[in-house]
Amino acid sequence: MAGSDEVIVKEGVEEETVAAVRDLGDSYKYGWETEIEMEFAPKGISEEIVRLISERNDEPEWMLEWRLAAYRRWVEMEEPKWAMVDYPEIDFQDLYYYARPKSMEKKPKSLDEVDPKLLATYEKLGIPLKEQMILAGVEGAEEAPAAARAGERKVAVDAVFDSVSVGTTFQEELKKAGVIFCPISEAIREHPELVKKYLGSVVPQSDNFYATLNSAVFSDGSFVYIPPGVRCPMELSTYFRINAENTGQFERTLIIADKGSYVSYLEGCTAPKRDTAQLHAAVVELVILEDAEIKYSTVQNWFPGDEEGKGGIYNFVTKRADCRGARAKVMWTQVETGSAVTWKYPSCILRGDDSQGEFYSIAITNNFQQADTGTKMIHLGRNTRSRIVSKGISAGRAQNTYRGLVSIHPRAKNSRNYTQCDSLLIGDRCGAHTVPYVEVRNNSSRVEHEATTSKVDEDQMFYCQSRGMDEEAAVALIVNGFAREVLQALPMEFAMEAQQLVAISLEGSVG
Amino acid sequence: MVTPAVSNPAPSLLDRLVLPTSGAWANDARRAALARFRDMGFPGRRDEYWRFAGGEDFAAPEPEEAPILDMQGEAPVFSGLERLKFSFRDGRFEGDLPALPEGLEVSRLSDAGQQDLHWARDLYGVLEAAGQSPVARPFAALNTAFAGDGLLIRVTGKVALPLSLIYCHDDPRSDAMLHHVLRLEPGAELTLLENGPAAARLNTVLEVDVADGARFHHVRAQGRDHGRRAITHLFARLAKESVFKSFTLTVNGAHTRNESVVEFTGDDAVAHLAGAAMGDGRMGDFTHDDTVFITHGAENCESRQVYKKVLMNGAVGVFQGKILVKEGAQKTDGYQKSQALLLDEDSTFLAKPELEIYADDVACSHGSTSGGIDEEALFYLRSRGVPAAEAQDLLVLAFLSDAMEEIEDAAIIEDITSRLEAWLARRRAG
Repeated sequence: MAGSDEVIVKEGVEEETVAAVRDLGDSYKYGWETEIEMEFAPKGISEEIVRLISERNDEPEWMLEWRLAAYRRWVEMEEPKWAMVDYPEIDFQDLYYYARPKSMEKKPKSLDEVDPKLLATYEKLGIPLKEQMILAGVEGAEEAPAAARAGERKVAVDAVFDSVSVGTTFQEELKKAGVIFCPISEAIREHPELVKKYLGSVVPQSDNFYATLNSAVFSDGSFVYIPPGVRCPMELSTYFRINAENTGQFERTLIIADKGSYVSYLEGCTAPKRDTAQLHAAVVELVILEDAEIKYSTVQNWFPGDEEGKGGIYNFVTKRADCRGARAKVMWTQVETGSAVTWKYPSCILRGDDSQGEFYSIAITNNFQQADTGTKMIHLGRNTRSRIVSKGISAGRAQNTYRGLVSIHPRAKNSRNYTQCDSLLIGDRCGAHTVPYVEVRNNSSRVEHEATTSKVDEDQMFYCQSRGMDEEAAVALIVNGFAREVLQALPMEFAMEAQQLVAISLEGSVG
Repeated sequence: MVTPAVSNPAPSLLDRLVLPTSGAWANDARRAALARFRDMGFPGRRDEYWRFAGGEDFAAPEPEEAPILDMQGEAPVFSGLERLKFSFRDGRFEGDLPALPEGLEVSRLSDAGQQDLHWARDLYGVLEAAGQSPVARPFAALNTAFAGDGLLIRVTGKVALPLSLIYCHDDPRSDAMLHHVLRLEPGAELTLLENGPAAARLNTVLEVDVADGARFHHVRAQGRDHGRRAITHLFARLAKESVFKSFTLTVNGAHTRNESVVEFTGDDAVAHLAGAAMGDGRMGDFTHDDTVFITHGAENCESRQVYKKVLMNGAVGVFQGKILVKEGAQKTDGYQKSQALLLDEDSTFLAKPELEIYADDVACSHGSTSGGIDEEALFYLRSRGVPAAEAQDLLVLAFLSDAMEEIEDAAIIEDITSRLEAWLARRRAG
């Protein structure tokens, strides 16, 4: 028989799209492992483990108490079951909550002191950490994945390896601009007033099962503070690498954009190929004050599991932005191609009047991957605006769900939301689902939810046609802008990943 | 194990209900339904499809009083149409069955056991039970178990006159459960009309089995008594090349939940579902909930949902619609539109337009919008000399007309439209 794996793709779906998606599913480029001596905390989770993590990070008493409160809450919570994902029960006592390279026992004073094996790991991933190397340009970096690429633009990187940050670049230069960019473990010691004020203020300690777990055991992550009126002089980025086996990664990111400031932040992540699934439960909190803006971009490329669905990362992440001041602005952009199971809803609380939230997402699932992802736009302030553009592509036996909430409160007069979700299926054994919740509680706001296939923007059509295009060509141009629409929102540094995805179009989408 | 001591358990609707005995096969179906219900229990606010508007009104041991509306001489809807009339008062059939044309058989549910209606036995509670998965509909199971009356209708030919179910109520505290079963044999055609409040609290189940090539049209106008509460369930199974169209008009009513569960089992069938609802909180509470679940289990079927709501003065509109396309249901054409027009600051629209798709060669679209009246259109009308209030009413009617277009019969559209106009005029006057 002519291979039963042969997928018959329906008419109308572009070949280029099929090839690009297949490519993503066939070859995981970052599946190698760094052989390095590691130090683990004992397996399992308990108050002792929470205390141990706090002690390793040299934390003050208040932080330990905060963690313990979260832990005590977590043991009483139940794992959420509402997402359209299906995975074997996780044994929370059968994984390591803390793993650090032995060479990191003594914190290196500068990047020069960092274990060469670790530096080599990031170089191989295309993330040069030594500033002189960055400036000189590193061989191979051009074919590299996300984040810092030499010769293009300067990007400061915080590199997280399993449970610890191994180094942060350009800290001095950023300091001159007043920007604080450091591992969160360092911020807890050096800037306790900022951490105390903002940590847990967007995602409370006991927000949900995984956020609560994270609050108890997070080991590191990045901290950013942009002072009033400062435009961050370079893009900031964190690169997360899971390396050790049977280890969960629990990182915490806290970014504060003070009044009138601006920062663009990028996040990338990869992990080795393994047969057993690994847990990644992160929390990201963004605080945006008056007239400030944060652009947060993610290229999520965790190991997705093999062709048979073995292994891969369970990516259960809570990301939330709080636009606290008037005219605050946040933009989430995510390109999701990795992880065996994804459960992630980067959200915007539009509290300040005239604040603005945007969410652009491409989620591509192959083989046995499952993604349940989307966003929440909570409109509390007047004249708040939000825009959601979500594109889901499913191939193989994968399941891809968009789940979102748009909530307009009575006080949020004259608010506006526009949502567009499109899905494309490649082959007849996968699934694409849309679960949007819309809650409108005043009449001066407008909320629209639609799928491209049902309606092509009439203004765009008119424009194209007035320039001499026939209807068919105009529709093709508008609809085929599928991936581009999301990719345009990505910073330059993601251009390489993006190139793979530009070939993807929504032609032949199901709704 | 220690069983927790229950002191003074809350009175339950279940304690008050008595299983009717209406014949051997129906009794079995009722007992099975009661077991189904006991497994599910009454829904709580944490149940996914009861988050927006809870089921307390329908689960309360006794219904809230619903004062009888004075129609002030207005003839009920559909009265101008020639039709076959079947009347129910406070949930009981009244009078005799009318003479029936060829191709139509009608019996009362209460007589079912005395006749060998094997076609009805194969349907009663069967489509309801099938419709319990993947989403539980506990009040439908409760209805199958305890329904006090209803009709068993079998259509074997093309019936020219519409069959009209007229629901009246005299008792402001009546609590009615009606259960109708309808079977359209291959090639048969029927239009079913339903109108009136029926009871202070009404729970209905309508199971419709549409065989190959048969056509079923359904138009319903729910009573406009302000205090009435109703939960209705429509379960339909559509065979090859069948056509199913259902439209519901709702104005007033403290709480209405209309659940429609449609499954395509044969290829090339068509289902259109539409609803127009209008509620003014100034006249009394108004919560209106359309919960729709369409399962495409066959190829090349078309489903269309058009739901429109006009809400004002604290009225609450809910739309929970889902299109499920099963593996292999290729060439499905699914369309879903839910829109709300909010006429003031206090009203609420809660929607969940859902898609679940397991077939790649399909087109499913869903659009949901919510917003106030189009100020530019209003300005245009006013600049042409139309007074503001009338201009607004015109825009409201235009907004609802989308849903009305799903009705096939022009006379019915006209009848329904005139009801809406009268309602708007009364609102303007009052």
